[in-house]
Amino acid sequence: MHKEAAIREPLILGNDVTYSKITNDVLHTIEHSPTKMWKILMTIAVIIALWGIGSILYLLGVGIGTWGLNNTVGWAWDITNFVWWVGIGHAGTLISAVLLLFRQKWRMAINRPAEAMTIFAVFMAGMFPMIHMGRIWMAYWVLPLPNQFGSLWVNFNSPLLWDVFAISTYMSVSLVFWYIGLIPDFASIRDRAKKPVPKLMYALLSFGWTGNAKAWQRFEEVSLVLAGLATPLVFSVHSIVSMDFATSVIPGWHTTIFPPYFVAGAVFSGFAMVQTLMLIVRKAMRLEAYVTIKHIEYMNIVIIVTGSIVGVAYLTELFMSYYSGVEYESYAFINRFSGPYAWAYWAMMTCNVVSPHLFWSKKLRTSLGFTFFMSIIVNIGMWFERFVIIVTSVHRDYLPSSWSMFYPTWVDIGVYVGTIGIFSVFYLLFLKYFPVLAFNEVKSIMKSSSERYKNMSDEEFHKLHPVKK
Amino acid sequence: MSSKKIYAIYDDDYVLLESAKHLVAKGIYIRDVFSPFPIHGLDPVIGLKRTRIAMAAFIYGMIGVSLALSGLYFFMIQDWPLNIGGKPNFSILTNLPSFIPVTFEFGVLCAAHGMSITYLLRNWTLPGFKARNPYLRTTDDWFVMEIHTHDNDVSEEEIKALINETCVLKVDVKNS
Repeated sequence: MHKEAAIREPLILGNDVTYSKITNDVLHTIEHSPTKMWKILMTIAVIIALWGIGSILYLLGVGIGTWGLNNTVGWAWDITNFVWWVGIGHAGTLISAVLLLFRQKWRMAINRPAEAMTIFAVFMAGMFPMIHMGRIWMAYWVLPLPNQFGSLWVNFNSPLLWDVFAISTYMSVSLVFWYIGLIPDFASIRDRAKKPVPKLMYALLSFGWTGNAKAWQRFEEVSLVLAGLATPLVFSVHSIVSMDFATSVIPGWHTTIFPPYFVAGAVFSGFAMVQTLMLIVRKAMRLEAYVTIKHIEYMNIVIIVTGSIVGVAYLTELFMSYYSGVEYESYAFINRFSGPYAWAYWAMMTCNVVSPHLFWSKKLRTSLGFTFFMSIIVNIGMWFERFVIIVTSVHRDYLPSSWSMFYPTWVDIGVYVGTIGIFSVFYLLFLKYFPVLAFNEVKSIMKSSSERYKNMSDEEFHKLHPVKK
Repeated sequence: MSSKKIYAIYDDDYVLLESAKHLVAKGIYIRDVFSPFPIHGLDPVIGLKRTRIAMAAFIYGMIGVSLALSGLYFFMIQDWPLNIGGKPNFSILTNLPSFIPVTFEFGVLCAAHGMSITYLLRNWTLPGFKARNPYLRTTDDWFVMEIHTHDNDVSEEEIKALINETCVLKVDVKNS
């Protein structure tokens, strides 16, 4: 009754796993001083973040003329980074919500860090359109606020405004989903805390969680409904981001394949980032028993699937540009693979279309080192995808006299690398002060997914859990 | 006779579930159960009704959709009709395709936040609130049943005797 087929590989390793061991393992980082590794990583992250904040402040003070943009290339790294970060955010919600709806137990060991990644990535993404406004203090103008200018409202027909609603809804719903799940785990930390400050801090964070039957019943219902709401939200957000381009008249952008293609790309890059982070986390936090090779392999399979969808989308775009018979559309794509940015196009093709297929080999997809290397490759490839879509489409328009090239300045680089630093600072703080795995969920699958119970016969199980004297 | 709270402490969810079935079959009313994670199958045993929070989410969502459509009608059709890119604003019907993204997002926003706020209020879990779990280990590895003597027709001793028939770790009695 509590056991799953023995042929399924266990999701929790070790023959000594118990409920309290799970709590101890996950909370070890919170209850002990930070490790030397954490301190080193934090120092590096803070330095990069400060560089980024400095670049952003310089940009706000001087204006977006400090970027490498020109009259022809009005969108470049800023929007590339925006789409890249939003895409990265998508895996968190996908793991939490879609896999919850499909009752995939393997999501439980990775959903919390993936959701944290989502929140921080979407936060980074949201910064770019705001910085791009130049006058960030006017950012509230994107909201439909009553004003003194007579009848003046934002344009609800514009995909750029849809973005405002999509990103803000996505961020706040992801935050709520993440926090609702964190409350019971915060309560566990609160009830174990010895020192007054952590006790008070986690008592505040846990909202007085009691863990009675009714609370758990509501918790499960709320999680399920939030997952049901977040799932279409994932698809809508990146579809809307793709419509920023797809509803325009720029050759290379106005393709009907954009929404599904962007969503697949987002999941592809998101899973790659989850892999990058999880491989570090499982090693640094000694969570090898909970984030197993099987988890890594499942994520690599998702990468093969989404990478293949992305590959088909690239080829479909190429075919449609030829088949449409529109010379501007055809030229946009010929320019992509043979023009001055061909190196970026071929980097994208190599990283996103060719490399994921190496994971068809079981040996490679279960290799930690290779997975880590590939996750970086995919992240780079997906950044190039956004760069190629944006810059190669606008740098040569209908008028050859206005053709130009985009070269990033130190501010472009500083802002982009800086967001990686700020993201890392948030993520490292999360690793230190928040329960890194959703251990109340991991405990609930212990009996069906752990190595110990899979090897146990029915007699042994009943001996261990006698129900009546 | 003063009312007492009897706590039956177990170290396993499965054992608690089977014990709860045993006690309920003997006519004992179990007031509450505290556990570190949800125990599936427990709700019907201890007589918990289904939560209606999903229905609340639907209602909040519909309110969000109505608000969004009303707002969009006012902003784009009544107050400031514009002809942007050949997409004039004449009626809600002709504008519906471009209104759908914002309406959808706003509906989801209201459903998710409305439901979450309702959940926190109904659970009485809010910042600064005191936890009411009887033992600290119920958020770690203890599974505890709470039985009130005044909920049951039998005496405290009889309840304890029935609990002791199960594989209980410890029985504790506290004054209400």
